[in-house]
Amino acid sequence: MNFIKLLDTLSNKELLSKEGSRRDSFDQFKSLGSKIALASIPFGLAATSSKAKAATKSMNSASFMADNTDVLNFALTLEYLERSFYQQGLAASGLIPASDQAVFATISGHEDAHVEFLLTALGADAVAEPTFDFTGSNAGLNLNPFGDYPTFMALAQGFEDTGVRAYKGQAGALANDNDLLTYALQIHSVEARHASQVRRMRGEKGWITQSQNTLPGAFAAIYGGATPESNTVQGGVNLSGLFSQYGGADAVTEAFDEPLTMDEVLAIGGIFIVG
Amino acid sequence: MKNEVLTVQEQNHSEINKRRQFLKLSGMAIVGSGLLIACSKDDNSNPPNTPGVFDLGPGNLGILNYAFALEQLEAEFYTQVIAGSYWAGAPANEKQILKDIYNHEIIHREFFKTAISAAVSADLVLPTLEFDFSSVDFSSRASVLGTSKVLEDTGVSAYNGAGKLIDVSDAAGVVYLTVAGKIVSVEARHSSAIRNLLNPGSMDFAGDDILIGLLGGAKSFDKATPPADVLAAVVATGFVVTPFTANNLPTS
Repeated sequence: MNFIKLLDTLSNKELLSKEGSRRDSFDQFKSLGSKIALASIPFGLAATSSKAKAATKSMNSASFMADNTDVLNFALTLEYLERSFYQQGLAASGLIPASDQAVFATISGHEDAHVEFLLTALGADAVAEPTFDFTGSNAGLNLNPFGDYPTFMALAQGFEDTGVRAYKGQAGALANDNDLLTYALQIHSVEARHASQVRRMRGEKGWITQSQNTLPGAFAAIYGGATPESNTVQGGVNLSGLFSQYGGADAVTEAFDEPLTMDEVLAIGGIFIVG
Repeated sequence: MKNEVLTVQEQNHSEINKRRQFLKLSGMAIVGSGLLIACSKDDNSNPPNTPGVFDLGPGNLGILNYAFALEQLEAEFYTQVIAGSYWAGAPANEKQILKDIYNHEIIHREFFKTAISAAVSADLVLPTLEFDFSSVDFSSRASVLGTSKVLEDTGVSAYNGAGKLIDVSDAAGVVYLTVAGKIVSVEARHSSAIRNLLNPGSMDFAGDDILIGLLGGAKSFDKATPPADVLAAVVATGFVVTPFTANNLPTS
């Protein structure tokens, strides 16, 4: 599967230890006159010696630990996917009805800006845009999202809900850097606004009940995972059964969105990444 | 970046002013509130707590109590929405959206009450606050949805601003950050739904009136507002009657 290549790219330690490329990314921020960002952006890791970093890496060698550059590239890959999807959708004549143009133009514009932001943040460390195939041929699907509006809407919902869960899953990994964590949260909630809108345009609730999937069956993983959307245990407290007067367990699952791990997201995104 | 940060803060302040203006336009009087706000800029110069007035507390406890206060505000607002005549006569779609949001906010409120109570003694848990929503016309669609929009947008920017203030140096802090992330996206889903009810099919579900640009880019980010600014905006609504202070919240 080609998305394995993406995983390889994300975990390519040679790439990550390129001091020169990190310096380039510092220059990017300098050119924006952002001294605060320079001091606190996680690329500040580069200020420590590569030995220190190697030691940290080897301490975590038992399992792949994503550093902040990995996380940003992971986010960038998702944003590339969304950007490409909406640009193609908006360019497909007759696909999006006039009444829905404003919504998708808005979402598309946001994804463009998210890509630009992450490219700026990553500088020379940014991964290149993969090649996408939105027919889903990787998974044996034959979707026609740019010729069939219901399919376009379904994939849009899937990408937005995945985006929300993907950013959420990386909050802990970014907690070592206040600026990056905040930026990620600021994108995360915008993806949630998108998801809510597209879901309601499809006749769904804006929030996710249990792990209900109304997309093609191949996308059930978008609502599943190690911590599925149907999870009712929050902060160690099982909330199921406590709110019978307030919508019960369904409402409990709606009230909390759940994270996806990086691997879970890449497996979903990999359906559309062909090179 | 320094300038960028200042700009963002200025935008936040001007948003607060807009919000005040909005609240006035909606026929809601800006009345004095018992809420005492004295967020400190410097941990070494915290003003002394006022005897008999609850303080949110320091560190993660303070952030949890802060979130609990916001969820109490939202839950009580929607409790009154559901009891009001606009909701009773609203179209089925709008009734369902508001009922769902009501359920979610009650669940959020009770979750924080349970989680904080499990971690600290009862005297450190924010008590049940008293609210005054007399400035909201619960028979009016514009008043209900307009207030809902402000509360949800405030919630989104508040959680986004609080994330970095959570101390993740212990395992519990990581859990709190994760839970905050699980809630904030639901608040954003709410805001999107309410905004689309107010202006269907427009860009308002994630509108330029609420989003900001970062690093010189286009408006495509939600705000991340510090607790002091959020609490100042909440004071401006006049909704909170019970006084409390936020003298010890982390600011960085």
